[in-house]
Amino acid sequence: MNEVSTEAGLILAGILFMLGLISVLIRRNIIFMLISVEIMLNAAGLAFIVAGARWAQPDGQAMFIFIVTMAAAEVSVGLALILQIYHQIKTLDGDAATKMKG
Amino acid sequence: MEATFYIAAGVAIISTIMVITSYNMIHALIYLIVSFLSIAIVFFVLGAPFIAALEVIIYAGAIVVLVIFVIMMLNLRDETVRQEREWLTKKIVIIPSVLSAILLAELIYIVVNMEPMAHPTGTTVDSKQVGLSLYGPYVIGVELSGILLMSGIVGAYHLGRQKKKVVHRFLEKIES
Amino acid sequence: MTELLWLIPALPLTGALILIATKGNLPRAIAGSIGSGSVGLAAILTILVAIDFVSKGQQPIQQTLWTWINVNGFSPGVALYLDSLSLVFIFVITFVGFLIHIYSMGYMADDAGFARFFAYLNLFVCSMLILVLADNLVLMYLGWEGVGLCSYLLIGFWYEEENNGYAARKAFIITRFGDTALAIGLFMLFTSLGTLNIQEITLLAPDTWPISHKTVVAIGFLLLGGAVGKSAQLPLQTWLPDAMAGPSPVSALIHAATMVTAGVYLIARMHIIYELAPLAQTWVGVIGAITLLIAGFSALTQFDLKRVLAYSTISQIGYMFLALGIGAWSSAIFHFMIHAFFKALLFLAAGAVIYVLHHEQDMFKMGGLKNKIPVIYWTFLIGSASLAAIPFITAGFYSKDQILWLAWAGEKGNFWFYLAALIGAFVTSIYTFRMVFLTFFGEEKTHVGHHAGSLMTVPLVILAVLSLVGGFIELPHNMGHVTVFSDFLSGVLPDVETRPGVDAYEWLMQGIAAVLCLLGIYVAYFFYMKREDLRAEIKGATYQLNRFWFSGWGFDALYDAVIVRPYVYLSRVNKSDVIDKVYNGLVTISEYFHFVFARTQSGIMRWYIMGIVIGAVLILSLGLMMH
Repeated sequence: MNEVSTEAGLILAGILFMLGLISVLIRRNIIFMLISVEIMLNAAGLAFIVAGARWAQPDGQAMFIFIVTMAAAEVSVGLALILQIYHQIKTLDGDAATKMKG
Repeated sequence: MEATFYIAAGVAIISTIMVITSYNMIHALIYLIVSFLSIAIVFFVLGAPFIAALEVIIYAGAIVVLVIFVIMMLNLRDETVRQEREWLTKKIVIIPSVLSAILLAELIYIVVNMEPMAHPTGTTVDSKQVGLSLYGPYVIGVELSGILLMSGIVGAYHLGRQKKKVVHRFLEKIES
Repeated sequence: MTELLWLIPALPLTGALILIATKGNLPRAIAGSIGSGSVGLAAILTILVAIDFVSKGQQPIQQTLWTWINVNGFSPGVALYLDSLSLVFIFVITFVGFLIHIYSMGYMADDAGFARFFAYLNLFVCSMLILVLADNLVLMYLGWEGVGLCSYLLIGFWYEEENNGYAARKAFIITRFGDTALAIGLFMLFTSLGTLNIQEITLLAPDTWPISHKTVVAIGFLLLGGAVGKSAQLPLQTWLPDAMAGPSPVSALIHAATMVTAGVYLIARMHIIYELAPLAQTWVGVIGAITLLIAGFSALTQFDLKRVLAYSTISQIGYMFLALGIGAWSSAIFHFMIHAFFKALLFLAAGAVIYVLHHEQDMFKMGGLKNKIPVIYWTFLIGSASLAAIPFITAGFYSKDQILWLAWAGEKGNFWFYLAALIGAFVTSIYTFRMVFLTFFGEEKTHVGHHAGSLMTVPLVILAVLSLVGGFIELPHNMGHVTVFSDFLSGVLPDVETRPGVDAYEWLMQGIAAVLCLLGIYVAYFFYMKREDLRAEIKGATYQLNRFWFSGWGFDALYDAVIVRPYVYLSRVNKSDVIDKVYNGLVTISEYFHFVFARTQSGIMRWYIMGIVIGAVLILSLGLMMH
């Protein structure tokens, strides 16, 4: 069942993380940035699971649960913030919110 | 079982690529769900069935749905698709890709060139063990997660409020 | 009594401090009384100390007040040393100073800065007293600088007038050159001898250096440089004529009687150095001789009453330097004392004339005042007679004659010195009586305004008496050979020897001098009273010479071209200061980097994420490369 090598799992996690990173950097829309962060978090959790499976211990999964919890809290607060920003500047452009310039 | 892993991995990667290149938000979210589901299969292959279920329920089922609801609340129209076409040009992909490629290369280099790792054992770690570990050594983490979620709720409620301008009733008469 | 020595400089200092602290809010009578009273008390104390001093057989008194500096064995104290030389000086300073203070109470009575004037004058008297009473050269330098400061303050007393400020600055800066030379001389003295105490130097110097060792010659020249600056001799004499911008009492006190003689005091005090360095001593005499001639000729062409007196002062101090140069130490001091009397008298009387004529200073606009202001006329005449050294009756004759005699007959005397002194005497009597005739005789061109009060005339009378009788304490060999003065100083200053076989010529020399003096008076009378028409012809024929002498032999123009212009040019070139540029450059560079780095905080989130990614790439690469 588990002839999946750890390296392959980690590399998969790495690739997914990179894709998420690229997406964060190239998108201007705030909601897309949030989605990309989710991708990255997911990839990190995958890495934890792979590590936990390698040692056959539940620690990796416990970590993953914490990560998911945090991701949920983050998304809820983030979306609330996005609602506020949209209400203030009427656009979803990330580059428009530059009041902290300089 | 290996083949399952590789197929699921391939689907995850392709659907993630579709997420990052699509112009429509809802389409991107659907692709994201597909990606999460394939990751869940990967979890299953790795011997973590509880987590696989958790991934589907929470990640795909709650978080993405939350995002969809917010998009619906924002009442966005086709202008976003147009905006995305405008903003997502071929040009800006170059530098982030280069940087991320460098990072990825370094990561793979590190992973591959470490001391050869043992293959993972074949056992499944089921939910009972996870539960025991959570409420055993990691109970603090559980408590903190609770507090975090509570702060998340309070924050989301407070930040998401739209305050209506209240005009005093005496002045209302003058206005009208 | 001698323990009260420290009070002599302390009393004027207290007066100055009180007047400064009350900032001119005291009524005039009180301010004047404090100012004059402090110097008067100091004068009385001088008499008491002098009586005590003489009765103890002229034993030098040393009084240490406190240790000023104590560094590595070098510990000059604030210590006063009284011997006969300093006693002569403090006598002159306090007495003439007191008379001038009384005079000022009348002269400056209408001035708004009355209390300020007395504060400065008191401060000056204190500094001068410290200068002559100092027992080490460091304290003397303090007094030296103090009198320079007070001179600056008093020349520019009427500071609202811009030219007064220029004159004050000119005086200060020119004497600064001298002060620097003096300071370097002090440094060299200290490095060679390890002490700056005057008595110790006098003991150590002959053992340290053989005669004409180059170090001691250099020190002699440097001290001469300092003396030349303060005493307005060549080449630093240009400040004194312009210093006449100050009030007349200032000119009398500072620029006639006391400050300008500080150089003479310095050289006399340091006589041991000059005995070890004959070359320097000869140059003292040469400078004195040349200066007395230059100043004398310049005085012939001036029209401002006070400027004539200024050039006359330069010339008479030239006589003192000449005397020092030929080793006639006590003669120089004698001439100093007599000169103080008659020059102060002349300045005060000139001030009275100017006051009476409502601040008219041009002699050619004066005249016919002989009968209108008799007291001033007679005192002025007595002063001029003393200056011109009219034989037998005036004190000036005895002092100047002694110098003339010793210039010819002294051991280090020289025919050229004698000739210069003789020509100088002739020119002196010409310009002096030119001044008298133009101011007091002839027709009255400006009318007398208000008369001078007794506050101004009584000091004039006292000084006139002193100018007549002051010389009788030192009569030449063939006239009774009274040597009260030189005996008094013989403990401190070495005696002068005459060449063998010259005593017979003394009557002849004196006769020549007397004839020249009277001839000079006649020349002045001829050209200024009898045949005034000839003056215009002569002036026309010698116009260039006249202008040259008038401008002080062109020294002002020379210094302007050689020193002032290049300096002003350089400071214009360096207007945007080079060193400032370095600092401003630093500022500009950091500002540039600030702007560059501030652009990275654009507020655009993607840029920040990009920054994080770049950082992660860099760190990982570094980590991999290290591994």
